[in-house]
Amino acid sequence: MNWLRSFWNSTIGKKIVMAVTGLVGIGFVIGHMVGNLQAFEGAEKINAYGRFLHHTIGTELWIIRVILIVAVILHVVAAVQLTRLSNAARPRDYVRGRVPQVSTLASRTMRWGGLLLLVFIIVHVMHFTTRTFPGYDRLDATGSVDIYHNLVTAFSNPWWVLFYLVSMAALALHLYHGAWSSMRTIGASKPSAHPLKRVLPLLIAIVVAGGFVVIPLAVLSGVLR
Amino acid sequence: MNLTLHVWRQAGPTAEGKLVKYEAHDVEPEMSFLEMLDVVNERLIESGDEPIVFDHDCREGICGACGVMINGVAHGPEIGTATCQLHMRSFRDGDVVYVEPWRSRGFPVVRDLMVDRSALDRIIASGGYVSVRTGGTPDGNDIPVPKVDADMSMDAAACIGCGACVAACPNGSASLFTAAKISHLGLLPQGQAERDGRALSMVARMDEEQFGHCTFFGECQEACPKEISIDTIVRMNRDFLRASLKRGSHAGDAGAD
Ligand code: FES
Repeated sequence: MNWLRSFWNSTIGKKIVMAVTGLVGIGFVIGHMVGNLQAFEGAEKINAYGRFLHHTIGTELWIIRVILIVAVILHVVAAVQLTRLSNAARPRDYVRGRVPQVSTLASRTMRWGGLLLLVFIIVHVMHFTTRTFPGYDRLDATGSVDIYHNLVTAFSNPWWVLFYLVSMAALALHLYHGAWSSMRTIGASKPSAHPLKRVLPLLIAIVVAGGFVVIPLAVLSGVLR
Repeated sequence: MNLTLHVWRQAGPTAEGKLVKYEAHDVEPEMSFLEMLDVVNERLIESGDEPIVFDHDCREGICGACGVMINGVAHGPEIGTATCQLHMRSFRDGDVVYVEPWRSRGFPVVRDLMVDRSALDRIIASGGYVSVRTGGTPDGNDIPVPKVDADMSMDAAACIGCGACVAACPNGSASLFTAAKISHLGLLPQGQAERDGRALSMVARMDEEQFGHCTFFGECQEACPKEISIDTIVRMNRDFLRASLKRGSHAGDAGAD
């Protein structure tokens, strides 16, 4: 397994791991966002979706969860190690400072935005999955978790809405750079006359983050109640 | 025009350096940036001071010897030009100009604005070549090369090894340099035999020299005096990935690695 070790030890190997796990994450957020939108079809629909995930395909759900957890861990470990290497690569910085010429805000906020997203993931899982905070243990008529009720409880609180909005802004930036650069990192992009131009990643970022934030906004504005 | 310069002065590799302020008078717009420094140096020599040390050779943008950070931008404000080809018409009377050496762990400062870029030579030595027996010049078009490949290869081969990509990269990565060489040779039929090994060994050397990784900021492409595309980095990553996977499957065949 020496080749695997040298792959991981190389900066490109680590970047490829980050890209692949990032693509897994992109697939996940798209699915998650689409699933969430069922909240607009009423309490029964979204609660039934929850029941389907947890009971009908309970085992498969755990397979997906394990894949996601492993992806997050690999992504974060590689990011931390690469950040350290990057800092070490320029021990003395320019006095005047480098002036960014073409790099996007998204690319320059990958690290801090990524850290915020990690915090968000942990809080969000505690919020709706493990339901660690008080007030989220109500069951619906069928005896399963009343997801709809939890959504309304959470997003009637403007502080939760703010937290989710800020996190989704970070997600949009992370996706805008990540969806574009991951394809380059794994070597899948075709040569182009304007390699910095990107359309699909912009679309993914807007649709995914937009699809997520409509729910807190709909609850706060009273559309969902 | 008159400029105020803040130039990095450092007596030697281990000496503490600092920015020193100089007034540059009577700068003509048609002077190159290096000629402007020459004029400043003349005055320094006249007044018995040490002239500012900077690297230069061809002064026509083809050798890659020159290169400094000008107001936080590698090779200064003009796109696709080395410092020697940057002209003072890009500046205005009264401008304040900060001049600093490339900053990278892989580029230790030798003196003032001059850095040691032999790390780039070591990356080339690790695989940036095609091993062929020397002999008579091969006939032209003896080995057919598709026009598109030849063009892309030539674009990558334009790299002059100045190090601006490293200097401009937020991660201090030498990816564009390494990728340019890997693409230049990997696109040609003559480069195929050693393509896998080249990708693995050049990337390994780049890492050993402790350059940073590539996050696709795109700053290197913008800084490159030869405007080499970050698409070469996509190619390098693809070659590296393929070579790694092949090595993995061979290790599987042999039962151990
Ligand atoms: S001195 Fe040769 S490229 Fe500038």
